[in-house]
Amino acid sequence: MSAVHGANPLRDAADRRLPRIAGPSGLVIFGVTGDLSRKKLMPAVYDLANRGLLPPGFSLIGFARREWQDEDFAQEVYEAVKQHARTPFREEVWQQLIQGMRFVQGDFDDDDAFEKLKSTVEELDKAQGTGGNFAFYLSVPPKFFPLVVRQLKKHGLADQKNGSWRRAVIEKPFGHDLVSAKELNEVVHEVFPPDAVFRIDHYLGKETVQNILALRFANTLFEPIWNRSYVDHVQITMAEDIGIGGRAGYYDGIGAARDVIQNHLLQLLALTAMEEPASFDADALAAEKTKVLGAVKLPKDLGESTVRGQYAAGWQGGAKAVGYLQEDGIDPQSKTDTYAAVKLEIDNRRWAGVPFYLRTGKRLGRRVTEIAVVFQRAPHSPFDHTATEELGRNAIVIRVQPDEGVTVRFGSKVPGTQMEIRDVSMDFAYGESFTESSPEAYERLILDVLLGDSNLFPRVEEVELSWKILDPIEQFWDKHGKPAQYQSGTWGPVEADEMLARDGRSWRRP
Amino acid sequence: MKTDLTDTTSSKINKALVLGRRAIGTPAVGMVLTLVIVTDEENAYDALKAANEASREHPSRTLVVIKRVSRSPRDRAKARLDAEVRLGADASTGETVVLRLYGEVVDHAQSVVLPLLLPDAPVVVWWPVNAPTDPASDPLGALAQRRVTDTYAAEQPIQELTARADRYTPGDTDLSWTRITPWRSMLAAALDQVVCEVTSAEVEGEEFNPSVELLAMWLAERLKVPVRRSKSAGPGLTSVRMETSSGPIVLDRPDGSLATLSIQGQPDRGVALKRRETAELIAEELRRLDPDDTYATALKFGIERLDEEAATLAPTPEQDAVTAPAEPAAAPAEPVEKPAAKKAPAKKAAAR
Repeated sequence: MSAVHGANPLRDAADRRLPRIAGPSGLVIFGVTGDLSRKKLMPAVYDLANRGLLPPGFSLIGFARREWQDEDFAQEVYEAVKQHARTPFREEVWQQLIQGMRFVQGDFDDDDAFEKLKSTVEELDKAQGTGGNFAFYLSVPPKFFPLVVRQLKKHGLADQKNGSWRRAVIEKPFGHDLVSAKELNEVVHEVFPPDAVFRIDHYLGKETVQNILALRFANTLFEPIWNRSYVDHVQITMAEDIGIGGRAGYYDGIGAARDVIQNHLLQLLALTAMEEPASFDADALAAEKTKVLGAVKLPKDLGESTVRGQYAAGWQGGAKAVGYLQEDGIDPQSKTDTYAAVKLEIDNRRWAGVPFYLRTGKRLGRRVTEIAVVFQRAPHSPFDHTATEELGRNAIVIRVQPDEGVTVRFGSKVPGTQMEIRDVSMDFAYGESFTESSPEAYERLILDVLLGDSNLFPRVEEVELSWKILDPIEQFWDKHGKPAQYQSGTWGPVEADEMLARDGRSWRRP
Repeated sequence: MKTDLTDTTSSKINKALVLGRRAIGTPAVGMVLTLVIVTDEENAYDALKAANEASREHPSRTLVVIKRVSRSPRDRAKARLDAEVRLGADASTGETVVLRLYGEVVDHAQSVVLPLLLPDAPVVVWWPVNAPTDPASDPLGALAQRRVTDTYAAEQPIQELTARADRYTPGDTDLSWTRITPWRSMLAAALDQVVCEVTSAEVEGEEFNPSVELLAMWLAERLKVPVRRSKSAGPGLTSVRMETSSGPIVLDRPDGSLATLSIQGQPDRGVALKRRETAELIAEELRRLDPDDTYATALKFGIERLDEEAATLAPTPEQDAVTAPAEPAAAPAEPVEKPAAKKAPAKKAAAR
């Protein structure tokens, strides 16, 4: 594809108005009737088309068990788009999109269905000029991955012929421990080469997450203090206010740590702690992330430095919520964690001795994801104790969601005749300085898949390293004790507060 | 909230901005630029509306400079500045100050605007109508990194385009160029799909639409092939046709909304290519504030060269037979007729 780009006289690197339009291509979604597909993928495809970022003739094939005709599928996409798309609905964009929409009905073990999929792909190559370039989005439970991938291979759908590409997109969880992750990778890589496999961690598609790199490496203001000489500790939080909802089958036995810490939080940690990459290309980024994940060290006493919990009945934001063990489909004896907090250290010159506290949980106070870099207190204060009583530690907080932005907390004199210093925040909010129409994470990631740009996708090594960090913790939890109970709508179990109190610190209230 | 100030000064306006912000309880927000709109009373409303919509994407302080016409010697001698300060819900996401200039102060608008610019933030000046021929040396234009004109709104767009090419300074840009971004990106995407050599091209659009010229010059400059223009009833641009070594590529938009892309050997495809509102154009314009070099090279290509090279192309009869079966008479006549029609007014513009 790059060869074609080079030959195109209308393309010019200096012409920055022209958007990065994906080349001729199509997207096949397995499990197209699922929630993710309806709420995120289809609207993202429409938004991309609306922004003029999809190639003419872009095709979308849905694959599911439902007995649908192409028209039924189009209707379903139409409704999903109307309801969830971020950009306004425009008839002409819809007309462009609908020409390339197809539906293939079948089970994953149904050879006929895959033959039909193959003929649909070939038909679209002719009718829409997709040029044999297709991405297969596996929006299906992980237990079906091997089956679908093998079916693709068996029916020749994964073959990259004369200059065209075939790519596989997979969603988390990438296994449930190191062994299963390796098995899964083997299965996928048997069929698709490593550079054709895109693992979606939708956090990495978020503007704020990409901004971590801009903040750190495009400015001179922050990087000089971004180390153990000034940083006291780092807190990375991802809190949800909802319970497990209808996902009992998926969630029980997996738990918060595997669901969130292994992928999202460790990726955020890597971006926060890594060294400056040589360039912003995928290889250089992956190299630095791998390096820092490899340097992560678990504390010696896992009992003292990890906490897990389960939400108990309570009130969440004015609504009564049942406890995890009372949820439908959950074994009342379940030891699955819905809250997990761990303390990690990074063994390198920059971070030695600086703890990274990671926590995640369901049914917490509110939905929020943030990275807080908390600084040490000034080594000496010319002000007397009463003046600085209300002064906390300085902090830089990257708010990943919602209300994306960056907050800097520092002390300021309270107006008046006395010297009194209090914390104030200086705030940068995306919503204020930039567009409300910044692309949704899935939009960006789908476009990157079509362009073959793997900057924002975790690689095999990163996934495996993350499991190496989490596996010992999970094994410890399996053998020792059971999850602490915390009331729904609070900020987690008291054990988590005690864990930080032992270090003389406390959790931020995000 | 809205504060009206009559016979005022910039420092009073600044004070009103601070007071207003405090009154509605939002301290200085993250505004990223100052947008100065220079216009007459007639166009102020639409321009401000578009700017407010664009400010959703680029929160900005918008200064509308309205130069009032004085109708008597007494009025001309008396200088007065009236201002309307809008904050909060009245000003979309940023702050808006509508400045009305009377009498002598009309010629010293920069003295009013300078104290009102946001510190350190880039400045963009936009003339929806009556842009100066040399925006960079205009006193207001000199304050800005980016100067946005709109030749589409000019009396004689094509001549004005030539004048802009002569006076081009990095940072200049024109909304007729912004209008063709979707066309350019679709044409580039079309060439991504076929490996071929382009031999010639034709751009068709309504009369007095400088976008036709700009698109033609861009194609000619990038592809190094003769490009000709032809007229249609519009709306806006209606079609682009590229002759290539693997057959013609045609992007045709008869209705100003849904276009058809035809590539030989491939099925026709519908492409959304709607004509955009001014607000969207301004939003695109504010996205990048560095000089647009591609615009510069396209603009400086020269409209005359377009005509000359198209004229040399015109005599090839087999080309015409393929190109325009629908309009056999009009197409060949065009390039011959056009340069003659344009020469005269071009001189007039120069004389002025």
